[in-house]
Amino acid sequence: MLRQHPLVERYAPIITIILALIAIWYIAAVLMNLSLVRGGFEREEAPYTTPELISGTMSAERPLLPAPHQVLSAFADSVFGYAPTAPRSLVYHSMVTLSATLLGFLLGALLGIGLALMIVHSRVLEKSLLPWIICSQMVPILALAPIFIVVLGAIGLQGLLPKSIISAYLCFFPITIGMVKGFTAPDPMQLDLMRTWSASPRQVLSKLRWPAAVPYLFASLKVAITISLIGAIVAELPTGAEAGIGARLLAGSYYGQTIQIWAALLASAILASGLIGLVGVTEQMVGLRMGARP
Amino acid sequence: MPKSLKLDNPGVTLWPDEREPFVAPIATVPMNKAADATAEPVSSPQRLAVDVRDVSLTFETADGKVDALSNVSLQIAEGEFVSFIGPSGCGKTTMLRVIADLQQPTAGTLLVNGMSAEQARLERRYGYVFQAPALFPWRTIEKNLKLPLEIMGFSDSEQKQRAARYLALVNLTGFERKFPWQLSGGMQQRVSIARALSFDPALLLMDEPFGALDEIVRDHLNEQLLQLWDKTGKTVLFVTHSIPEAVFLSSKIVVMSPRPGRIIDIIDCNFPRDRTLEIRETPEFLKIAQRVRVGLRAGHSYDE
Repeated sequence: MLRQHPLVERYAPIITIILALIAIWYIAAVLMNLSLVRGGFEREEAPYTTPELISGTMSAERPLLPAPHQVLSAFADSVFGYAPTAPRSLVYHSMVTLSATLLGFLLGALLGIGLALMIVHSRVLEKSLLPWIICSQMVPILALAPIFIVVLGAIGLQGLLPKSIISAYLCFFPITIGMVKGFTAPDPMQLDLMRTWSASPRQVLSKLRWPAAVPYLFASLKVAITISLIGAIVAELPTGAEAGIGARLLAGSYYGQTIQIWAALLASAILASGLIGLVGVTEQMVGLRMGARP
Repeated sequence: MPKSLKLDNPGVTLWPDEREPFVAPIATVPMNKAADATAEPVSSPQRLAVDVRDVSLTFETADGKVDALSNVSLQIAEGEFVSFIGPSGCGKTTMLRVIADLQQPTAGTLLVNGMSAEQARLERRYGYVFQAPALFPWRTIEKNLKLPLEIMGFSDSEQKQRAARYLALVNLTGFERKFPWQLSGGMQQRVSIARALSFDPALLLMDEPFGALDEIVRDHLNEQLLQLWDKTGKTVLFVTHSIPEAVFLSSKIVVMSPRPGRIIDIIDCNFPRDRTLEIRETPEFLKIAQRVRVGLRAGHSYDE
């Protein structure tokens, strides 16, 4: 009876997996921090029992792998313990990264769609642009990001814009490839139909190619927005930025605050799922208007 | 747009009372001509909807040349219902596509409504119905009907009127807000036919439109198509591979054969315009069907 309840059906599987993962996490935390804690006890030459050892692994100050409750309490402290605009608040840092992510995503989407339009409408551009676009993604971004920031800083662009440009650079590629596929998705019969009505190329684009490309657009947007977030975080790393999730990660690693690092990672995971969820909700709303099966 | 079209009349009939009298087609071509049949030019004062003279189309493929069409000549008068029948690969779809300017012939000349095929396409002189409905899945039925009208620049009120009118013509009023996936195959094909007619072209080109449907739906749609043709008086070019369908619907049957694609026989049918499916068991019907089959055999359609 309980198994057929709609809430249980929807959430029981995912909750089971989450609980299993948390259990594995706890076990891993104990195992990984064991030598650390034992070494600490032996240094103080204090006697210890096994329960003390285990509870010690789950409450160490600088653990190798923080226990889930440690991460959660540090996360709650950073989010609720400070005002949202304070430099120590995780909310403040998340907003900084989020603004760079969204701006980069927008720029990348515009660039990606523009490139796809050019590639679809001209054979010459297709042959000349596509190899360069693919090449551009082969260099690891961790190597390119400092160069970008230094060069852009030299021409006077600082702060939000260089990070957004790096994000855009990373996320335009899936959008370009997805939209090229989308714009060439209409089958020959539909194209022939437009030809029998002697539609102009602009009409074919707006009435056939664009609507046919929408599913591909949303699929590539979901990929692109996560990449954009990664790009924004990576852009904050190499130059020691003062704000943003990447900055928190950096600060945590400088000062050995592993719990702070993990709290920042949790924040970025929540941000990423939220962004994908947003794109997914938009996709559903657009889909309903465009005749998708509910 | 023809003057005779009354825009403020919401009724279904499109032609006013002073319609041109239907002139019976020319004398029948003798049966024992197994070689390429060329029709005699129409001598009556009817206008020619389609005038094909010595058209050939050769594909260059990796295995050599393929003669899709080889010296095909044909004259089709206005108001006729012409079926093209033959086995696969005989060039009937190619013939239709050449008339529609979706493909260009490698030799010969072609006039559609007195102008070149390309000109006819640019002036939107025909509607094309494909084998599949080819409706846009992201548009409602009404918006699908309005699509050619949007492209051709009709006003909004005109679009709405025409969409309603032609949906009523195919008996699908009430389905405006539905999406194509909510309709059956036969209904989608009816919408496709309504869409082809919505901008009132002189010519209707149909490429095996009922091929993917089951027999009962096909019979039903055959009757509906016949009534539509009777009501609108358009010239219809219909490609099929079903002998009963061709004999039932047409005023003229063009039998084609493959390798190379050519016309074997042109048969005229004079069945009454208000015929129903029951005539399929009459001896006259069977005689013409037999003649079609003889033509197909002569063209080696039943050989390996």
